[in-house]
Amino acid sequence: MQNHEEINRLKNLVQDLLDESEKQGATSAEAGLSVDNGLSVNARLGEVETIEHHCDQSLGVTVYIGQKKGSASTNDFSGDSIKETVKAACSIAGFSSEDEYSGLPEKENLATEFQELDRNYPWNINAEEAIEIAIECEDAARSYHAEINNSEGAAVNSHQGIRVLGNSLGFLQGYESTRHSISCSVIGERDGDMQRDYWYSVSRKSDKLESAKAVGIKSAERTISRLGARSLTTRQCPVLYSAEVASGLVGSLIGAISGGSLYRKSSFLLDALDTQILPEFIHIHEQPHLKMALGSSNYDSEGVATAARDIVTDGVLKGYVLSSYSARKLGMKTTGNAGGVHNLVVDSGENDFTAMLKQLDTGLLVTELMGQGVNRVTGDYSRGASGFWVENGQIQYPVEEITIAGNLKDMYKNIVSVGNDVDYRGNVRTGSILIEQMSIAGE
Amino acid sequence: MLNQVKQSILTPYGMQEKDIDTIMDSMLSSQVDEADIYFQSSHFESWVLEGGIVKEGSHSIEKGAGVRVVSGEKTGFAYSDRIELSVLLEAAKNVKAIARQGYNAQRKIATTAVRKDYYQAINPLKSLADQEKIDLLRKVDIETRKLDNRIEEVIVSLVGVDEQILVANQDGSLAADIRPLTRMSVTVILEDNGKREQGSMGGGARTDYGYFLDQNKAVEYGKEAVRQAIVNLEAVDAPAGNMTVVLGPGWPGILLHEAIGHGLEGDFNRKGTSAFSGKVGERVASDLCTIVDDGTLDNRRGSLNIDDEGVPSEKTVLIENGILKGYMQDKMNARLMGVKSTGNGRRESYAHIPMPRMTNTYMLPGAHDPEEIVKSVKKGLYAKNFGGGQVDITSGKFVFSASEAYLIEDGKITRPVKGATLIGNGPDVLTKVSMVGNDLELDSGVGTCGKEGQSVPVGVGQPTIKIDGLTVGGTSV
Repeated sequence: MQNHEEINRLKNLVQDLLDESEKQGATSAEAGLSVDNGLSVNARLGEVETIEHHCDQSLGVTVYIGQKKGSASTNDFSGDSIKETVKAACSIAGFSSEDEYSGLPEKENLATEFQELDRNYPWNINAEEAIEIAIECEDAARSYHAEINNSEGAAVNSHQGIRVLGNSLGFLQGYESTRHSISCSVIGERDGDMQRDYWYSVSRKSDKLESAKAVGIKSAERTISRLGARSLTTRQCPVLYSAEVASGLVGSLIGAISGGSLYRKSSFLLDALDTQILPEFIHIHEQPHLKMALGSSNYDSEGVATAARDIVTDGVLKGYVLSSYSARKLGMKTTGNAGGVHNLVVDSGENDFTAMLKQLDTGLLVTELMGQGVNRVTGDYSRGASGFWVENGQIQYPVEEITIAGNLKDMYKNIVSVGNDVDYRGNVRTGSILIEQMSIAGE
Repeated sequence: MLNQVKQSILTPYGMQEKDIDTIMDSMLSSQVDEADIYFQSSHFESWVLEGGIVKEGSHSIEKGAGVRVVSGEKTGFAYSDRIELSVLLEAAKNVKAIARQGYNAQRKIATTAVRKDYYQAINPLKSLADQEKIDLLRKVDIETRKLDNRIEEVIVSLVGVDEQILVANQDGSLAADIRPLTRMSVTVILEDNGKREQGSMGGGARTDYGYFLDQNKAVEYGKEAVRQAIVNLEAVDAPAGNMTVVLGPGWPGILLHEAIGHGLEGDFNRKGTSAFSGKVGERVASDLCTIVDDGTLDNRRGSLNIDDEGVPSEKTVLIENGILKGYMQDKMNARLMGVKSTGNGRRESYAHIPMPRMTNTYMLPGAHDPEEIVKSVKKGLYAKNFGGGQVDITSGKFVFSASEAYLIEDGKITRPVKGATLIGNGPDVLTKVSMVGNDLELDSGVGTCGKEGQSVPVGVGQPTIKIDGLTVGGTSV
């Protein structure tokens, strides 16, 4: 159920920005705004710790004077501020250079069909009720095991926002969406060794969230399983990325085939279109119109229509991830990905998590990664890791203070299988991913 | 300064000082330990040159106010982008529910703290005309491209922030700060026979854009970026395993930020969730190590005249000759731990809750000549430049990723190796520091620290140091 009155009010503001841009001499313009309201509570050791009331708003305009571009934004929605913001954008455009590739999207690429994507489910919850849920969640975690002896708390968040986007080609759209979450992070101690882990559930609709108790128990289970972690000796072995860290591997792939990296030649997958970059059994799709999904959208951040498409088929790269600008730079057509991808789905194999462990046989299961050690130009990869040592398909003991390293190009080609234990919480939906061999550095 | 900030943050919105009193009075009760109202206005601009042209620029203006009430360990917080009495009174009503109701508290009497200023109240955005900013970017592009014919791309960016803050406390005190911040960076991509590499260098300070013109700094960033890219083009696979590591001076001080800095922030220690909890007075580093957090360095990116709770910045000794001396504190955590705030209460903006954060964190110099340190290593790694890092506060495990490193063989720096992540355990890594150089350097002014979703500018620094055993995450097993 959309609040049409409020959306219309904000659409009018966006139209004012576009009109003002034209008045101040812009050849064309794009404007957008967002308004977000939310509540966050955190409970720790059975009592409320913080209550935060959020209310954010922001508007921005990008103007083109010929092929020269300037942008400005503000959180002040007054009429004077709109004038000043447009003036600032025009002033910047006056100083920037002619760029033959810049400009609004081609009109024929703009979205004209708008499906109901089921993104708006307000959660009618007040601070007291949210605190109760957070306390229930943390209680479940703290009472799970005697070794859970401290906590960073449990949090309940509920946010509702409106986004409006318009441009001087006549595009003007707005929608409301919601996002709610429950999370918990607890600490366990055994023989002086402290470990922390967490779990969270997120959804557009509050009754689709995992129960507070389930989130709490999961966070406690994960913490307990890490107690007694040790390092490994330096070696090479197969590595299984659990589903929640496997999405990062797919994210690096998307970064490498994104227009910005390609036209700057700062990608390890240059000229890889129609070549084999992954094993034949891997298929990756973009599904922008999944109902209720967190990444769903009818149009990208420029208003270009999104469409379901194949990015990798039989391991062969079938499409890049492009905005209008990067597409023009590459002599191609936009793929509706200004601002990123919308629900990326990696097709699952047959194996559930237990079968994936069996297939790993003896090697490293990674459940958490640290640091940013990925070189996007060369694909060189080296990150801190923690997880579990596995022998004969059985978890043996937790490990920490190790690194895993390789080159992403090789890692992608050496994927052995993808599990069906999909993590649905993010914009990338993948099961766990098994890689044939990586370098482990440790004690 | 106070009057100037009041003029620019309150006056345009029809607010007066007595309105602040009205809001504060509405929040106070006997259960309130801290209450504050934080007003902020910030102007930001960025200019980017890429592909030889100034492609785009952006400008943003943000302002707003946050109200906070703290009672015991509980915090109520709300904010608004509308600086208006009625809006802020409503926000105050929302947050005061956190403190159980009681009789009205007496306002505490303001104490005047000694305050010094470590940077000037200037607006960097106005320090150069827009055309001069463009010319600077162009000059860096042209000079950088001249350096090597293998250069494929040069990206130059210039960022400036003019920020003003005003913080009202429940003791009736009102403190203001004007915080200029500038940053410039150059990234180059080189190609040689189908092999590509990048190099990056940048710098910045709490001053105006003239900083980048001084001693041709901007052009030097370009030179340094090209040098790094060339080194990396020649790099071989990095070694994997535990080995002696020598860290160069300056930015490698990110080691201190990750390994011990976060673990010594007051909130984690008050809650007992840090690997350093309860360790004050204990040895956590070799006796060669003295480490401070210092917000009082002139014009540094991490410096503050006052923190975001109005407390004057300090130089806080964290570790002295290897012994843990104390934590970095904001007001709430200091009160709960029975100590004084160290002026480390920081927040990303009016829309965020303050917490203990670092400013400029560095290790004091030692006695050794840096060459002597390298000479003492038979086989190991010399790491000169780093990307980012991360730490798990509770287990103490931390990483930081080398972006320029070399093998040390028989006391000599030899072949460059590819970037690799280094991993260690915070509470014991510094106990393995066996040599400390006499060459203390601070970083060039580009650091940004993230904690619980809030980003703040910080600085790091150190002399050359030798660590007898750190895990290096290369591929060469």
